[in-house]
Amino acid sequence: MHIHKYEKIWLWAGAACLTLFLLIVGVSAFAMGDQPPSHMETIDPEKVVVTAPFDKPGLTRVGEKQYEAVMLAQAFTYTPSKMSVPKGSTVHFKVTSTDVVHGFEIPATNVNMMVTPGYVSKISYTFKKPGKYLILCNEYCGAGHQVMAVTLEVTA
Amino acid sequence: MIDRRDASLSLSFLTVSFVSLLIGAIAGLLQTFVRSGAFELPFSIGYYQLLTAHGVLLALIFTTFFILGFLYAGISKTMGTLYDVPRRTGWLGFVMMTFGTILATVFILLNKATVLYTFYAPLQASPWFYVALVHVVVGSWLCAFSMWNQYYIWKSRTKNKLSPLFSYMAVMTMTLWFVATLGLAATVLLQFIPWSIGWVEKIDILISRTLFWYFGHPLVYFWLLPAYMCWYVVIPKIIGGKIFSDALARLSFVLFLLFSIPVGFHHQLLEPGIAHTWKFFQVVLTFMVIVPSLMTAFSMFAVFETAGRKKGTKGLFTWIKVLPWGDVRFFAPMMGMLIFIPAGAGGIINASHQLNQVIHNTLWVTGHFHLTVASTVALTFFGIGYWLIPHLTGRTLTSRMNKLGIVQTILWTVGMTIMSGAMHAVGLFGAPRRTSYTTYTGHPQAIDWIPYQIAMAIGGTILFLAIILLMYIVWFLAFKAPIGITEFPIGEVEEGALSTPAVLENWKLWVGISGALILIAYTIPFWHMIQHAPPGSPGYKFW
Repeated sequence: MHIHKYEKIWLWAGAACLTLFLLIVGVSAFAMGDQPPSHMETIDPEKVVVTAPFDKPGLTRVGEKQYEAVMLAQAFTYTPSKMSVPKGSTVHFKVTSTDVVHGFEIPATNVNMMVTPGYVSKISYTFKKPGKYLILCNEYCGAGHQVMAVTLEVTA
Repeated sequence: MIDRRDASLSLSFLTVSFVSLLIGAIAGLLQTFVRSGAFELPFSIGYYQLLTAHGVLLALIFTTFFILGFLYAGISKTMGTLYDVPRRTGWLGFVMMTFGTILATVFILLNKATVLYTFYAPLQASPWFYVALVHVVVGSWLCAFSMWNQYYIWKSRTKNKLSPLFSYMAVMTMTLWFVATLGLAATVLLQFIPWSIGWVEKIDILISRTLFWYFGHPLVYFWLLPAYMCWYVVIPKIIGGKIFSDALARLSFVLFLLFSIPVGFHHQLLEPGIAHTWKFFQVVLTFMVIVPSLMTAFSMFAVFETAGRKKGTKGLFTWIKVLPWGDVRFFAPMMGMLIFIPAGAGGIINASHQLNQVIHNTLWVTGHFHLTVASTVALTFFGIGYWLIPHLTGRTLTSRMNKLGIVQTILWTVGMTIMSGAMHAVGLFGAPRRTSYTTYTGHPQAIDWIPYQIAMAIGGTILFLAIILLMYIVWFLAFKAPIGITEFPIGEVEEGALSTPAVLENWKLWVGISGALILIAYTIPFWHMIQHAPPGSPGYKFW
């Protein structure tokens, strides 16, 4: 099929840009391990509160400046509601829902994931600056969705 | 002037479309007020109830009804008066869809279906809400069958090798819609209805989300393709130019069919249960859809430049000056096109494997689709309405209405720039979407978001004024404008353009390739979802 010379140039330039974007995204994902949260572990959503480790939600120290935060997302809050770690700690969040779909986001960080009932969602983040970090739900979960948030304090 | 009976079918669709637009816009205005913290809703109306009405009436109803009205008029114009069976099937589709729309609206207003237009399980609406959605979808399928039937009869009676470009595009748009809505129909009929009635106790959430997004992304191309039809076929005629290339226009529509459906995972990048390699594969396919949009951009600007040069301009960019900026039939779609440049760039960001992490479910996303569907598509639809309505009612687009249309377009562009700009900015700071007014018990970050949410209310108010003006113009053009003839502009192809290869009308081939791509992108992850499914969820009504 006949394609105009200028259009060919335009399409090749456009396709080259897209390929470059995809290469950056691909290298970042597969060579540098920067993958979106895609954890495959399942759980019975109605038995979450009697299934380990979610029967004892909370923050545990698992190593030098390493913490595991086992959390429940339920309408309209998270458990535990208060957590505190020292500056420079890495927190490994392990979250599941006891009811509907929720979101899990810490604004101004890259912590952002969906919490789907029946699945365990995982994400890790290193808190370098002290402050009270807001953890909020960003997926509509009902009439009280806008109050669903807790804070994580990073001490100096 | 097209056949009177076809005109009334088309006008019926447009009427439901504009009524939905008005109700949805009122809901939208109230939402921006509530979200700014300046206003509380009376009569215990819920914010999320309004948000559901806004989403369903604008994203699903306004768009689908407008598109069907436009396609029927264009098919009647380019392939001739509808044959009896296609017309009757079209009316049946209209009745089913309108019934579904009324039913859905009633249940939303009764607060029985406050599940937003994405109705994610396991939030459980009244079964009637899902039954209403089935009527809208099945009604639209009848319209698709009726258009395919018209095309088939026309082809066999006229023995024409090549169908008119507009009709070809209409058939392709409805093919895309049909293939995409199979996913929606599957989740609603097989999962939501039995579960909401109580025949089964539990629902598999990940499968329902995956089927929803199998439909949810091509849905945006279903909105976009009719706008492209206006740009490719109608605009060249309005500006006194020619269609750049018939073959390339058709090829871009083929590429949309192939690449718009196997990409739903890019809406699910941040959820568990789908392996990241499959997510990445669909991200790559998502980027393929950008190619036909780049082709469209090239074709459009080539048309503008050649049309300008024919009027004798010599400089590098002076052809821009001689475009008919004072003609609303050109001005409104052109503003839509210009907005599509940043809107498309935002879309590339959203679909990127890691950047999605920053903006997922924030107001940035809301800003993005207010630039795409609510600006690019809506402005083009308004621009079409300004000539299509008087064309169908046998009236004229007067110069006063033309001027008001220009004012309306400017108001819309300004309002949307303010509202969507504020949404993009505050979204980058992390403000969540689909959330009522909140400061999260006075958290300093959330308090910093409030000024942007006030800007959203200001933009929303300007947009609402634009809707009121639009309603006046549409009403005037339908009932009060002087009797006369308004043209249905259909462009002709540039003389030098080569003939169109017959393979572009080989539907079995393209639908077959499309099906193969869908199977490649979905079979293994879908199989995994079924094999490794957690126990399902009961329903919840948290509103």
